[in-house]
Amino acid sequence: MTFSVRHSVAMGALVCAALATSSAVEAKTFRWTNSGDVSSMDPFARQETFLLTFTQNIYDPLVRRDKNLKLEPALATKWGQVDKNTWFFDIRPNVKFSDGTPLTADDIVFSLNRANGPGSNMGSNFASVKEIKKAGDLRVEVTTKYPDPLLADKWAALGMMSKAWAEKNNAVNSADMTKNEENYATRNAMGTGPFILKERKAGERTVLVPNPNWWDKPTHNLTEVIFTPVANPATRVAALKAGDVDMMYEVPPADTESLKKDANVNVLEGPETRVVYLGMDQERDELVESSVKGKNPFKDKRVREVFHRSIDVDAIKRTVMRGQSFPTDLMVAPGINGYMKDLDKRPALLKPEEAKKMLADAGYPNGFEVGMDCPNDRYVNDEKICQAVVSMLARVGVKVNLRAQTRNLYFAKILRKSDGKPGETSFYMLGWSPAQTYDVHNVFEALIQTPNAATKKGMFNAGGYSNPALDKLADAMEQETDKAKRDDMIRQATKLYVDDFAYIPLHQQAVVWAARKNIDLFQPADNAFPLRFVTVK
Amino acid sequence: MLAFILRRLVQSVAVLLAVGVVSFFLFRYVGDPINAMVGQDTSQQERDALREKLGLNDPAPVQFFHFLVNAAQGKFGLSYRTSEPVSRMILERLPATLELSFCASLFVLFFGVPMGVYTGLYPRHWSSRLLQAVSLIGVSLPTFLIGILLILFFSVMLHWLPSFGRGETVDIGGWTTNFLTRKGLEALILPSITLGLFQLTLIMRLVRSEMLEVMRTDYIKFARARGLTNRAINFGHALKNTLVPVITVAGLQLGALIAFALVTETVFAWPGVGQLFIQSVQFSDIPVMAAYLMLIGLLFVVINLVVDLLYFAVDPRLRGGGTARAGGH
Repeated sequence: MTFSVRHSVAMGALVCAALATSSAVEAKTFRWTNSGDVSSMDPFARQETFLLTFTQNIYDPLVRRDKNLKLEPALATKWGQVDKNTWFFDIRPNVKFSDGTPLTADDIVFSLNRANGPGSNMGSNFASVKEIKKAGDLRVEVTTKYPDPLLADKWAALGMMSKAWAEKNNAVNSADMTKNEENYATRNAMGTGPFILKERKAGERTVLVPNPNWWDKPTHNLTEVIFTPVANPATRVAALKAGDVDMMYEVPPADTESLKKDANVNVLEGPETRVVYLGMDQERDELVESSVKGKNPFKDKRVREVFHRSIDVDAIKRTVMRGQSFPTDLMVAPGINGYMKDLDKRPALLKPEEAKKMLADAGYPNGFEVGMDCPNDRYVNDEKICQAVVSMLARVGVKVNLRAQTRNLYFAKILRKSDGKPGETSFYMLGWSPAQTYDVHNVFEALIQTPNAATKKGMFNAGGYSNPALDKLADAMEQETDKAKRDDMIRQATKLYVDDFAYIPLHQQAVVWAARKNIDLFQPADNAFPLRFVTVK
Repeated sequence: MLAFILRRLVQSVAVLLAVGVVSFFLFRYVGDPINAMVGQDTSQQERDALREKLGLNDPAPVQFFHFLVNAAQGKFGLSYRTSEPVSRMILERLPATLELSFCASLFVLFFGVPMGVYTGLYPRHWSSRLLQAVSLIGVSLPTFLIGILLILFFSVMLHWLPSFGRGETVDIGGWTTNFLTRKGLEALILPSITLGLFQLTLIMRLVRSEMLEVMRTDYIKFARARGLTNRAINFGHALKNTLVPVITVAGLQLGALIAFALVTETVFAWPGVGQLFIQSVQFSDIPVMAAYLMLIGLLFVVINLVVDLLYFAVDPRLRGGGTARAGGH
């Protein structure tokens, strides 16, 4: 026995200690990390910012977003509406996929149909589409069921694939979860984009190299990009400080200060397009969790106003968010089409006695009790924000019973069911970014219009706020192609929900990135990270 | 003999079935996987269609039956998160976990046994007391804190070792190994220490108390009386007799090292099955979680079976059908 233990120890020491092979360090290698991996290399696998923006390093879209989130030509040089119900896209000539084959209108038609096909998660971008057809080698025309002014915006997230490549590799559709077979496109990628996928080890590392035949002039100077997910925030920070990675994002708020003090690290902070807000159940006749029986206090505008004007978003910014938030009073953020700067004015805070008097006028001289739901792993400091809200409302005599839980359970509880029935909540927190269209209409349609299971509008309007005038405006702006008229509709509709105190918008959370000093990069507000803007000094 | 093995096998299957039931029903309550699979902005129609396609609307017993039938064939379906086959995801990450656990075990044996012998032989020496006290760190500090402290010291401050990941690996017929590159070996050091520290303390204390016990026995006194060298007594006779329980415990601990590597893997972003499990929990990725639990269940059952059989080989009393025979020493 003794002998065998000694033997194996000696062997292990040999294996663990010896053997030195060195590897050449390449210039301009960019190593970066994030909390989670890209879940798939298939650009249509999930409607999720990280996946969409990561795969866009490999797959170019028809039109892409510039640094100010405005559309600019990518694979389409020109696009627009021939008439109200027809869109055209003129394809850039002489573009080649990284395998050398030329890009044609067939590939575009194929990709768009694939994005709208089985297994794809992008179907909601095609609600208005009737037919997509080739109209020449370098022209694609799309007919819509109704005028859709936002089609190009919606499609800026879709990467274009090669028809021949997908057919050859049996990846004509996205992965089908009901079949026990893997789709080739889940782990492999081949597009026209600035980078080529060189190595993919899911959960471990993904290596990209520049595409030498990219149609656009590269603004980056990278020769290799290595992406490694690191789930533990402390390890991510340590890896950056140690220089094992060049850039990380999702910087934990608690570590931002210490990173700013590090001489080798730059911290980038900017507002994200997502707005975090609180909602109130204005639908039920009696709240699910409240001391008030027989009526719903949130149906009274005065009560909503008291809530709205008793929550000090600046204090939340100072204390809970450590300065990393951008308070707002609208449901959309700057950078989104339809944001009205002059309407983004928060009414003054109420003094506790004023608030108590208003509550008394509304019939609650002694305040009341209400339950609140909050996620604890979805937004930055979500649970702590809710705790702050609880104490702010306690000052005006409203006792809030907070229940914070993990996001999967949380969303299942509070969100509206598919048959239109409201979720089980009275007072809740959500965050929303119109990431598909970068247009305010998405917010009206999903969050503010009256819930309707048949038209699928207002399905994320968990509190059931309803204003017929706003519904009309929102439906009209969906199809209005005259910009001035449309902007006017947006203005009217925005005023309506602001005056009704329909929601309590809190803030945009900050996107915080950190990079080594020798890295130059650009941080867009939509939380995308385009590698084409990265340079290594 | 055959009856003994058969009985053990039947018990093992029963245990695995129980693990299956627990894992399956546990996961029905970790949240709605649909929410994790699709973006927040996905329409309700798409959600419903997906739910139907995945069979999440079937009654629980039906779902469990499908799960068992497929699990028995090693088919765990596609991951909800990545749409890759679960069995391959696990097989790909297994080498990382096994190599880490192997190196941690070596670290435990290489340091734990000599330290145990030393503190057992010289229980009153100041250095033994120091080792005893320091080893308390291994049991009292949580694993993730040890990991972070090691990273802070050796990576951030000294820049000696990488702070995370596997470094460079070499692929040998589907098995990715750390052992063949310098970077790979360097990457193993901190995680192995982090993972092994708790077990190290355990083994050291076990060896120490066994040594103290053995050193008091008559045959050691007789050996001294015969004038054998200290070396021969300590290592040839004393240590040898302490090793039977140590090997049993070490074997079982290997299972524990593999199963509990998940904290270490998370801290060091070590791409093993433990980290895969943690990622899957966050996304309610039920197929992966179920497969992982079944795998760990299987692992423990197999290790227990082997240990039982080892007892059978080691202890002559078991062989006689339960009737003890006189003999031995």
